[in-house]
Amino acid sequence: MTGSMRLPGGGRIDRSRPLKFTFNGKGYTGYEGDTLASALIANGVHLIARSMKYHRPRGLMTAGSDEPNGMVQLATGARTEPNIKATQIPLYDGLEASSVNVFPSVETDIGAVNGLLSPFMTAGFYYKTFMPSQLFWDKVAEPIIRKAAGFGKAPTEPDPDVYDHKHVHCDLMVVGAGPAGLSAARAAAATGARVILADEQAEFGGSLLTLHREIDGKPSAEWVGSVVSELSGHDEVTLLRRTTVTGLYDQNYLVALEQKIDDLTPSSPANPRMRVWHIRAKEVILATGSHERPLVFADNDRPGTMLASAALTYMNRYGALPCNKPVVVTNNDWAYETARTFKAHGAEVTVVDTRKTVPEDLGTEMAHLGIEVLADSTVTGVSGKHRVKGVSVAAKNADGSGIAGVSHSIDADGLIVSGGYSAAVHLFCHVGGKLSFDDARVSFMPATGRKALACVGGTAAEFGIAAAIDGGAAAGAKAAQAAGFKPGRAGKGVQVADDRADGNVEAAWLLPSGTAPNRSKAKFFVDYQNDTGAADIALAVREGFDSVEHMKRYTLTGFGTDQGKLGNINGLAILAELTGRTIQETGTTTFRPPYTPVTFGALAGRDAGDMLDPIRVTNIHDWHVAHGAEFENVGQWKRPWYYPIDGETMHQAVARECRAARTAVTALDASTLGKIDVTGKDAGVFLDRVYTNMMSTLKVGSVRYGLMLHEDGMVYDDGTVTRLAENRFLVTTTTGGAASVFQHLEDYLQTEWPDLDVYLTSVTEQWATVTVSGPKARMLLERITDMNLDPADFQFMTFREGKVAGLPARVFRISFTGELSYEISVVWHHGKALWEAVMDAGHDFGITPYGTETMHVLRAEKGFIIVGQETDGTLTPYDLGMGWIVSKKKEDFIGKRSLTRPDTVREDRKQLVGLLPEDPGFVVPEGAQLVNNSVKLKDVPHFAPPGLDGAPIYGRKASPVPMLGHVTSSYWSDALGRSFALGLVKGGQARTGDIVYAPLDDRTIAMRIVDPVFYDKEGARRDG
Amino acid sequence: MLLIPCPYCGERPEIEFSYGGEAHIARPQNPASLSDTQWAEFLFMRGNQKGAFRERWIHTHGCRRWFNMLRDTTSHEIYAVYKIGAPKPPAPGEKPAAAKKPATRARKGASK
Ligand SMILES: [Zn+2]
Repeated sequence: MTGSMRLPGGGRIDRSRPLKFTFNGKGYTGYEGDTLASALIANGVHLIARSMKYHRPRGLMTAGSDEPNGMVQLATGARTEPNIKATQIPLYDGLEASSVNVFPSVETDIGAVNGLLSPFMTAGFYYKTFMPSQLFWDKVAEPIIRKAAGFGKAPTEPDPDVYDHKHVHCDLMVVGAGPAGLSAARAAAATGARVILADEQAEFGGSLLTLHREIDGKPSAEWVGSVVSELSGHDEVTLLRRTTVTGLYDQNYLVALEQKIDDLTPSSPANPRMRVWHIRAKEVILATGSHERPLVFADNDRPGTMLASAALTYMNRYGALPCNKPVVVTNNDWAYETARTFKAHGAEVTVVDTRKTVPEDLGTEMAHLGIEVLADSTVTGVSGKHRVKGVSVAAKNADGSGIAGVSHSIDADGLIVSGGYSAAVHLFCHVGGKLSFDDARVSFMPATGRKALACVGGTAAEFGIAAAIDGGAAAGAKAAQAAGFKPGRAGKGVQVADDRADGNVEAAWLLPSGTAPNRSKAKFFVDYQNDTGAADIALAVREGFDSVEHMKRYTLTGFGTDQGKLGNINGLAILAELTGRTIQETGTTTFRPPYTPVTFGALAGRDAGDMLDPIRVTNIHDWHVAHGAEFENVGQWKRPWYYPIDGETMHQAVARECRAARTAVTALDASTLGKIDVTGKDAGVFLDRVYTNMMSTLKVGSVRYGLMLHEDGMVYDDGTVTRLAENRFLVTTTTGGAASVFQHLEDYLQTEWPDLDVYLTSVTEQWATVTVSGPKARMLLERITDMNLDPADFQFMTFREGKVAGLPARVFRISFTGELSYEISVVWHHGKALWEAVMDAGHDFGITPYGTETMHVLRAEKGFIIVGQETDGTLTPYDLGMGWIVSKKKEDFIGKRSLTRPDTVREDRKQLVGLLPEDPGFVVPEGAQLVNNSVKLKDVPHFAPPGLDGAPIYGRKASPVPMLGHVTSSYWSDALGRSFALGLVKGGQARTGDIVYAPLDDRTIAMRIVDPVFYDKEGARRDG
Repeated sequence: MLLIPCPYCGERPEIEFSYGGEAHIARPQNPASLSDTQWAEFLFMRGNQKGAFRERWIHTHGCRRWFNMLRDTTSHEIYAVYKIGAPKPPAPGEKPAAAKKPATRARKGASK
């Protein structure tokens, strides 16, 4: 049905500003001040979407963030967003939206066949139907369900918008700007307190934007206007519209999402699309109002079905008439205001009241207005596939358990429901607030909460406007006082005409009907978004899922983007009835942030692209870039990986770089190595306690390699220690481990041994380091330094200070390649000058820059470990064959005691070994598992990829193969002319010569266990 | 995210800090004298209390100092922060400890 349902006057829309928009490709017109939802209703469009599981046609149920059905795909291209609630989209000119979850169209949807399959899609159907066969799930069920069950489409292009974050402190945060929130903010602001007031709507006023009341003789809209203008006049007050507080956390920390741009205006850093507010408040007042509940009866989801409060909002606030012939079903007085308003706009109204008796004054008024009221009645069905056509109504029987007589059908084009109101206690519960169920108000209420947190108005199940305003004022004044401000004058109570604080609500959840939900072909929906019905809850209870948290997971109640704002209370009330417990005993499921969905772009804010993580580069970085290096990320550092020339592959480049290191001379930028200066008269004692070997005996000018363990005996980091002076050492760490090693050392120094006179300073970025390595390294260095480089004088594992290339330098004779090497450190900003001097001086020796990949190959040929590659936090020095570095003389060091625990002395621990593939041309992938037998991967059922042998494998008994360990490093060696590897093998140190196997996808590789030192076992090359 | 009152810098956001586990578990003076069971007790066993809990924190991206915190593990309320080696402040409902000299071996305090 289409055609204008716009009322001739009224509402808060600007009729002088028409806006054009399209929905599912069809053009419509609305007005400034409309939401997409109100504009669609004004155009007579009710069929908005299809439900998730059964693909039932659905329309708008609400006018707010509790909307379960009316989700659309908004905008197109890079800005497209799925699952946005039409009720929360302010209309703009050129808006494009379409239905989600439909194919090919919302009117004719193929997925509706799911509705026919519904007997098989009851609660728990995912678990039951598909668990017996993994293959069936992977190949058949999951792809179909994924396609059918998705909501909308994510954009495929990068998000073009800018988002930002803002951190603020305030005295009082008021959430919600309805009568209670406005009143609380005003009272606190009057004391001079810093107040932030936020509301999810574009306009402040909350329920007063819908309810026409007189407050102290003034129309409610005028009251709202005067409070807002008073608040705007305070310098210390921040008013946030279109801002949803999505979470309340410990210490009154709140996160709010502000929608700054709703239309297609491009965003910029100065004008972001959305802003995430991080608010720390001394006091918090929750004035988040309440949510109306639907009632549960047969086919209560036909398009045209709507909450009474929503219908009133569409009429009063947006000037849009939801229907011409509504049936209003209610268990309270409040819905009569909607009936009355419909009637005033010329609609033909029938009221079905589930209560035994209707208050006399209401009955008289309705009779006078010509509205038929059917008391003590119930709804037994709703007809109309794409729009409500008729409502079946019957009188309840004497005890209210069923119906008396037969149903009769009332022609209708709309069904307006009201099951009473539930306090919106979500934020209160985010911080562990406890609830109690109030039988008179038929709502959960805040009971025990946190300090400095108050609930007012609807949040406290106070449904009257005077109570909300007065309660808000009192709470606002109290909060300001608690935050240290002088209490202001006590406000007098307000007078609200026709307040209707008490709705005489009588609990009703699942309405009585002729047929129980589980015997009926009709659906009695509880959670619209997840298509959970009353029958599903009954099934969950029958199958033993009768705790509220189990029921939620088994039936998916409350799992949708509306987070069960509509359906949760009905669901647990039905559960309570079925299990013979009270609602209080049944309890609620846990409320968790966010209150409404938050887009990822907003969460990321500016931390995207290059700003995602700091990028650290060395002083020589530009040279590497200019010379075509490929880079590798090591922690936050960019390190040259290899330097391809003339279109070389990585394999070719690395082989060339390796050859240069073994035959000529090479240079490596080693500036990223972690460096810690350890100073103080107890520095030696301290290092003895943190390394496995003795450091205090090191002579000034000497260097020693060391291992650090954690207290559990496992290798944690390695590096060198150089004694620069009697009380001064330089410790190097791995590039990636620098920060954590520093923290580890500080921990022991500050908390365990504060009596030691030791000071730690990180000097990683004070020293740039160039490693010159290769048989011609000395010849090169002689050209740029006057130092005595004679190996008899400047010995291996010693250090000198002097000048290199005219720069003050520290030169260390340390070798990670096995070749003659000099590590030359200069002040950071001299790094590039040194590097270029080395390159110049080495030109005729064929100097070759090399990257981390070549470094890894060269060290592996020598059997040197890389912490984090050979080790994974489960290996002792003995496991690594490095018992030689564990001091027997020292009484104690960190981790020593753990090296004699029963578990660390087991003989079948995984141990480091060398591995030579029997096929010398094949480089085994790192991470390959090692086993004893030559099994083929596809012959091991446990590993067979599903479907490979055409049979389902789920549940088939696997025959596991004992795992021995894995390959940790594996390369092609130019020097050896073959492939080689390092790996961990159970008891491997005693198995030299044995063959182990690496089963791969398409073949099995035999490898022989060998000594892990492959090249220059004698160490003859380190002196050049 | 908590706002943590560093005893050296004042209130700073939690993101600047790192957690260091339960406090007042002193490293044994002479590990070699302990049985495997006693050593395992020190190495692996932690209280994992519900409610008031003493724990270690470091202001990693600030003053880099370790300190202790008395925090409720259910409400996350921070009752007290105190410097390494300082006497333990009492938990809510707990009697203040008798005044004694601050321990020199301060990690996790000296008392067992
Ligand atoms: Zn600090």
